[in-house]
Amino acid sequence: MLDFLTRFFKPERSGATAKERLRLVLLSDHLSLAPDVVESLKRDLIEVISRYCEVDVANTDVSFEQQDSAVAMLANIPILGLRNGRSTPPASPTAPPYEPPSSATPAHAALAHEPQAAADTALVTPTVETAVPADTVTSTVEPAKPKAARKRRRRRPNLSQQAPAT
Amino acid sequence: MQEMTPQNAAVAASVPKPRGRAIVVTSGKGGVGKTTTTANLGTALARTGARVVLIDADVGLRNLDIVLGLENRVRSHVLDVLEEKATLEEALVIDKRVPSLQLLAAAQTREKDEVDTAQMKALVERLRDKFDYVIIDCPAGIEAGFQNAIVGAEEAIIVCTPEVSAVRDADRVVGLLGNAMKVQLIINRIRPALVKKGKMLSVEDVNAILRLPLLGVIADEPDVIVSTNRGEPLANDDTSRTGASFRAIAGRIAGTDTSKPEIPQEPTFFEKLFGGRR
Repeated sequence: MLDFLTRFFKPERSGATAKERLRLVLLSDHLSLAPDVVESLKRDLIEVISRYCEVDVANTDVSFEQQDSAVAMLANIPILGLRNGRSTPPASPTAPPYEPPSSATPAHAALAHEPQAAADTALVTPTVETAVPADTVTSTVEPAKPKAARKRRRRRPNLSQQAPAT
Repeated sequence: MQEMTPQNAAVAASVPKPRGRAIVVTSGKGGVGKTTTTANLGTALARTGARVVLIDADVGLRNLDIVLGLENRVRSHVLDVLEEKATLEEALVIDKRVPSLQLLAAAQTREKDEVDTAQMKALVERLRDKFDYVIIDCPAGIEAGFQNAIVGAEEAIIVCTPEVSAVRDADRVVGLLGNAMKVQLIINRIRPALVKKGKMLSVEDVNAILRLPLLGVIADEPDVIVSTNRGEPLANDDTSRTGASFRAIAGRIAGTDTSKPEIPQEPTFFEKLFGGRR
């Protein structure tokens, strides 16, 4: 009965399922790195950034997204403060627990190899958090904000866009 | 008549002589409607007066002849021409309805890898001097038959149905065609009622992934099956909506129709009541 009711009020829309499945499968079709490479890439990214900044490791998120003819890498790495001691606020006590990467991030994703797009691929997207100057860090980290909200504020990668200064 | 010396040839080459366009119709996946599309686009273009030759590149699985209703007229095929067992003129079958449409059938009892890629390219080049359009019906798959079908073409039409497998294969094929090729898209077998209910990928969904210039959309209509049963392409049927879609696509290929492709919609209640728009 309950099954009938859910079916009645929420008609199945397999078109959307098809769309999402296609998006994911094409992403991995276009990429050629082994599944574990994404994890090591994430680890290395955090390690490099940690040399300069204090990173909220639990809330980092590395994902790949189709953008025009290329696949872009989006790295969302919240920064808690700088290493040089000018500004090192403690992690917010309201920080949400670590959530695993959403299903939109295929575990087997890897770097792009599309021939015509080789140059545009593998862009590390500086998130708003990583791009701000040190003295505004506390106001922009917002670890308590839901993930979706942070996602919307992500900058789209641009070839001309430089990695964060300093 | 002056003899064609290399100097003259160079002069002739510098003057842009109108040459036919070589267009391959491909999809990767089989059964999405490549052959039907080729037959209808060839018919529709030829009806406007253009000289059109269709090449069935599906060696071993000849089909374009039967879709065009010309299966009883085929005497020689593309491999006969490549191996010089028949002249081009002998092998070309003239369409029974539109005389400016001709067919070069595939070999039925041979293998795809028997075709020499360089020879195939030379054949397409030769046909481009005689026809305004050389349309090549590509076999399914991405092996030797595919390579032979695309080698002479400068343009490609991807036929894709709103299914995950077809879209994935189309995406793969676009990657294989290379950047030099002008690639356009036809979405076939759209069922507007299912799209409206969210049970089928929409035209926008498909092209959000493929991102190709859209030539047109063909609805999934029973008259397509009837037309292939009879060997009479719908592009010749002035009362058929599907035929009109193919003629509009032909117009877009020729550049005479600059309108945006119409996306088939589910008929409204009144249209259903009065038997549709046509």
